[in-house]
Amino acid sequence: MDARVNPGHDHMKAKRMSDIATLEAEILKGIAAASDEAALEAVRVSSLGKKGSVSELLATLGKMTPDERKAKGPLINGLKDKVNTAINARRDALKNSALDARLATESVDVTLPVRDSAAETGRIHPVSQVIDELTAIFADMGFAVAEGPDIETDDYNFTKLNFPEGHPAREMHDTFYFNPREDGSRLLLRTHTSPVQVRTMLKQKPPIRVIIPGRTYRSDSDQTHTPMFHQVEGLVIDKGSHLGHLKWILEEFCKAFFEVDQVKMRFRPSFFPFTEPSMEVDIQCRREKGEIRFGEGEDWLEILGCGMVHPNLLRNCGLDPDEYQGFAWGMGIDRIAMLKYGMPDLRPFFEADVRWLSHYGFRPLDFPTLAGGLSA
Amino acid sequence: MKFTLSWLKEHLDTNASLEAIVEKLTMIGLEVESVEDPAKKFAPFKVVEVISAVQHPNADRLRVCMVNTGEGAPLQVVCGAPNARAGIKAVLGLPGTYIPGKNITLGVGKIRDVVSNGMLISGAEIEYSTDADGIIELPADTPVGKSFADVVGANDPVIEINLTPNRTDCTGVSGIARDLSAADVGKLKSPAPKKIEGKFPCPVQVKLDFASGQSLCPAFALRLVKGAKNGPSPEWLQTKLKAIGLRPINALVDITNFITFDRGRPLHVFDAKKVHGNLVVRRAKKGESLLALDGKTYQLDETMCVIADDKAVESLAGIMGGEASGCDETTTDVLIESALWAPNNIAQTGRKLGIHSDARYRFERGVDPAFMRPGLDLATQMVLDLCGGEASQVVVAGSTEANDKPIDFPLDEIKRLAGLDVEFAEAKRILNALGFHVAGNAPRVKVAVPSWRPDIEGKADLVEEVVRIAGVDRVPPTPFPRGDAQRKPVLTTTQLRVRKARRSLAARGMVEAVTWSFIAKAQAELFGGGKPELALANPIASDLSDMRPSLIPGLVASAQRNSDRGIADTALFEVGQVFAGAAPEQQFTAASGVRRGRAKGTGHGRHWMNGGDADVFDAKADALAVLAAAGAPVSALQIVPGGPAWFHPGRSGTIQIGPQNILGHFGELHPRALEALDAQGPVAAFEVILERIPEPKAKATRAKPALELSPFQPVERDFAFVVARDVKAADIVRAAQNADKKLVTGVTVFDIYEGKGIDPDKKSIAIAVTMQPRDKTMTDEEIDAIGQKIVAEVTKRTGGTLRG
Repeated sequence: MDARVNPGHDHMKAKRMSDIATLEAEILKGIAAASDEAALEAVRVSSLGKKGSVSELLATLGKMTPDERKAKGPLINGLKDKVNTAINARRDALKNSALDARLATESVDVTLPVRDSAAETGRIHPVSQVIDELTAIFADMGFAVAEGPDIETDDYNFTKLNFPEGHPAREMHDTFYFNPREDGSRLLLRTHTSPVQVRTMLKQKPPIRVIIPGRTYRSDSDQTHTPMFHQVEGLVIDKGSHLGHLKWILEEFCKAFFEVDQVKMRFRPSFFPFTEPSMEVDIQCRREKGEIRFGEGEDWLEILGCGMVHPNLLRNCGLDPDEYQGFAWGMGIDRIAMLKYGMPDLRPFFEADVRWLSHYGFRPLDFPTLAGGLSA
Repeated sequence: MKFTLSWLKEHLDTNASLEAIVEKLTMIGLEVESVEDPAKKFAPFKVVEVISAVQHPNADRLRVCMVNTGEGAPLQVVCGAPNARAGIKAVLGLPGTYIPGKNITLGVGKIRDVVSNGMLISGAEIEYSTDADGIIELPADTPVGKSFADVVGANDPVIEINLTPNRTDCTGVSGIARDLSAADVGKLKSPAPKKIEGKFPCPVQVKLDFASGQSLCPAFALRLVKGAKNGPSPEWLQTKLKAIGLRPINALVDITNFITFDRGRPLHVFDAKKVHGNLVVRRAKKGESLLALDGKTYQLDETMCVIADDKAVESLAGIMGGEASGCDETTTDVLIESALWAPNNIAQTGRKLGIHSDARYRFERGVDPAFMRPGLDLATQMVLDLCGGEASQVVVAGSTEANDKPIDFPLDEIKRLAGLDVEFAEAKRILNALGFHVAGNAPRVKVAVPSWRPDIEGKADLVEEVVRIAGVDRVPPTPFPRGDAQRKPVLTTTQLRVRKARRSLAARGMVEAVTWSFIAKAQAELFGGGKPELALANPIASDLSDMRPSLIPGLVASAQRNSDRGIADTALFEVGQVFAGAAPEQQFTAASGVRRGRAKGTGHGRHWMNGGDADVFDAKADALAVLAAAGAPVSALQIVPGGPAWFHPGRSGTIQIGPQNILGHFGELHPRALEALDAQGPVAAFEVILERIPEPKAKATRAKPALELSPFQPVERDFAFVVARDVKAADIVRAAQNADKKLVTGVTVFDIYEGKGIDPDKKSIAIAVTMQPRDKTMTDEEIDAIGQKIVAEVTKRTGGTLRG
């Protein structure tokens, strides 16, 4: 049938098969020996390229009898697959080792220090932080924040607040004055935040609920006094607020501010020209090695003054004391900051020593909230 | 106000303990400042007998004493006092005893190898006397073992109350006793002074001479006691005065001091033989002066009230008497003055002359007018009792009549203002006990105010009287709900800006300072301030004299102080008031910062990553960060080169929205400004005024505008232009943006080059332009066309050429 069939056929077949094996071994050896992508590509071209050894073998398949093809086809195709796989594997390996080699050259000294986060080095002054705390607490009780100018008139700072001319209570204030104006009147630096009570009542109809934080000034300077300091006042005016409410608010405030479950307070009758009745408030605490603990102990520490708004003040602000009533309280922001956060001295508050500010200041992202805890 | 417990008990019948009295005083508004109990101080010290005293073997000046303490074996004590000798009665402090004069607690010790079981003490060591030269020697019959407190009878605690300025009635012990009796701590027993009729007319007349104006002396009473014998006052009186820190002078003077503290009634005594003619009470004349009893000479003026005789001013009315007519040991005829003075005038004069006397303290609060005459009788009686003599009749000028209208008091005021239920009976009892007269019945009564309570004006004062005596602690804390008030933001725009400005600057690594609102005049002037209206009349120090026009001087000074302490690289900021004038609307809120040395925005100090000095761009970044945080319209802000004189002229800028609204400045500080501030640079600084930021528009909804995202990729093209050196980068950026306002969405300056290849008077600025196609992908031709427009626009606006 097939003229080409001859006695040497089996021999040739055996030879071809051994040729395939040899070829495979040669090619795989070449692949393994390829040390870079270019060498590998050369091996690929010489085997799987158009004129490559494996491609040529594949080309012989077309001329084969079905039987031959059946016998040899898998062998030749198998060779092609093996070579392909080997080349791909070798390529991956080469890529990986090249990457590893590159990475090896890229190593750095990771122990080198980096820049500190600016948000970690910046600081908020304790006074600002405490004002934010006060705002959070009182906003929750329905209080707005009112402010006024530092330079005040005698009328707003004293007279309207029921400080009679020449009264010793005026002298207790160690007032900074400006030079007299043409009309003889003298402006002054407010000695307390109370003039803002007047400004608020003159501007706004009751009901009024405000806190008034701000800078205040007295010409006094020693270990425990600075010529400038900070106060916060509270003012409530409506038609029914009384001392009982004031007591409750201040207790709630102290618990929230000092972050204690219980606080014991002592209200003592006292005197302020702009409140009647007037009281000073002590808070119970324990002092130990310079630390103050609230809600425990046997010591009393004075923290604020308060009282019912004086009828004369209401009248001076155009409110009828038989119709309107209310209360006010005031305290030192610097002082309550010292009590809460344990600064031993007042003076460094205003000395801008970055060592002090870094130690006692607050990180900018530590914003006081009721939800997160005031000093969390 | 100081008094002793026994003195109080002369006016108050009580069995209450010291602790109970002290507690009650504080709780009714007479805050106890201190209680000094000499009994407690002296109690641990015991009387001992020195049995033997021999030379210390190892010290020339010490003796080894054996002392009998009254119990157990004799104790060995080493003593250095020269008077330590056998046979004397002395005072011993045992180990464990606190020695107040030395602020030590004794231990068992060895002194030069000899054991000492305590200490024989001197008067100074226990603050009994000032004697520090030797140990205390007691009379030979003093019983051994007895407490030193008992021996000296020091069992009278001294109470000091911090009297509020309204309570003139409690400037005397009797008034304090009255308050305590109202509060149920005993029964008031102050005796009413006996009226003394004089035996002869007072030879000295008194005239109130205020013809030309308001009287400074409502009333004046005077009498003479002649033939008295002055000298040291009796021991009981001296002890009283010494206990409260007064120095006994002589009987006549001590009597006035006693009545001042006993009844709150200051008096004055003149030596009648040194008074010339009659007395006139008048305003001082300009040029008059007085050598006062404190040994100082005071210059007087027409605002002051004086008592003068025919020759000279003899007394500064109600404040201090004169030396010339004062009483001394030789005085036999004494004029006793009991008067009333205008409280404001006393306060004003006292303040002007800087005199703080016990008389002023009382008169400026307003003394009880009804006690003027009884006070004089009380003094007369004491003079007669202690010094003898014969009293004249009293001359009185003026009148003590007070026109007191009773207060209409609806009793429910107590509940309305204090939130406390007090029965009428209790309210009435309290008011009566305090000396008020209550007429009528609940629910509305008339209350007459006693003459010693000038502080009581209206019903709120009566509420306080009732509540403070009933007990403030009885007022129940009452919940104060926020009610129906809507929850809304409580901060004003400026308050919110302040808060955000602070946090944003701190987040940039800066540290917040709070510096004085007043600075030195020269510094204020340097920074555009120093107006006369902003200068303090009474600054606390010359370098804190003027309200600050800027926060920068204070911050620079602070940074310099830190540098002087060795911290050279500091970034400080402050958000606070600056003053352009004295009116409220001329006070602004500034946010300012300074960066000194290497305190850059990227980090402080030398560092391997980067570093260098803080410069104008750090300050610019700070300023813009604050403005952005505070809600300024960032895209509308214009940066104009240059700023105020305190900045480097070529390294500073002004931030504005149009030339009319300047928001602030930034830059490196001018070396001359630094020199004037006595500070070393470099310092970069900025200041912005928060009120200058336009008010945000009210928004109807919190929803943000719809987000429009282009489906097409943006394209980026780089251009480099060669321009004259004075061309501003901002002009090139704006020109590129204007080339196609729709498609050009971003322009970044990514390189500035001057030097080789570029003309010396030119520079190269490279920008990257982002184009965002909206409707379709851009073709190369379209991109090139826009590129050409950009080049043309930049050339037109800046004269620049595309770099080849």
